[in-house]
Amino acid sequence: MKKTLSKHEYQKLVDKKAPGSKIVRNIFAAFLTGGIICSIGQVVMMTVENLGADKETQAAVTSVVMIFLGAFLTGINLYDNISKFGGAGALVPITGFSNSIVSPAMEYKKEGYIMGVGAKMFLIAGPVLVYGIFASVIAGIVYFIWKQVI
Amino acid sequence: MIEVLKAFLLGGLICVIGQLLIDLTKLTPARIMVCYVVTGVVLGFFGLYQPLVEWGGAGATVPLTGFGNTLAKGVIKKVNEAGLIGALAGGIEAAAVGITAAIVFGYIMAIISKPKIKS
Repeated sequence: MKKTLSKHEYQKLVDKKAPGSKIVRNIFAAFLTGGIICSIGQVVMMTVENLGADKETQAAVTSVVMIFLGAFLTGINLYDNISKFGGAGALVPITGFSNSIVSPAMEYKKEGYIMGVGAKMFLIAGPVLVYGIFASVIAGIVYFIWKQVI
Repeated sequence: MIEVLKAFLLGGLICVIGQLLIDLTKLTPARIMVCYVVTGVVLGFFGLYQPLVEWGGAGATVPLTGFGNTLAKGVIKKVNEAGLIGALAGGIEAAAVGITAAIVFGYIMAIISKPKIKS
């Protein structure tokens, strides 16, 4: 008996038969996207270095520029496409952090400027900050105790 | 120019790890971001992240692990200067520029732009 497959069923069959190729494609796209984003960061950093800034200022200016880029590209609805192509390559860099702030804030603007934009901008950035800062406080306490012992 | 290539390679590799986590473990993007920052704090605390920063420059500082590293470095520096209270102050102090920039730019862009109408 011949069975005709719907497009969706066919896609599922293809994915089952060739799970490897999709992963390889995703890895390549993530590598390329993440690599390019970090290269842009490196160019910014070297430009600031040439202006005679110290290491700390270089790092700070680089994050500011990358965060601005991420927010800007999200605002003009371009970062979504970069994410669709690059997956984790667009998620893991700091531009992705900035995207995670602007994207829900835009989406929930209709719920108002306080509980919409103001609250929803931390939908993903909130957990990132909570766990990051919490981990850093533990690290600080451990370091303090370790210093007393040594 | 070689620095840009190094940043490309290291940044790309760090993102590939994230992609593997998405494809093989079904971790949500938010969890991956949290994992990256916390991993950065741990690696930074043990001084294991700084060699990556020195080798790959922005390839190590632009990914979220670099943000975690900044938090850890800040906390250690502040504990050295001010004692135990530095554990509470150091992290945000070191990351202040990034966090504030993200809030300010994020807010402005969200206010002035319109979401794409989903088809």
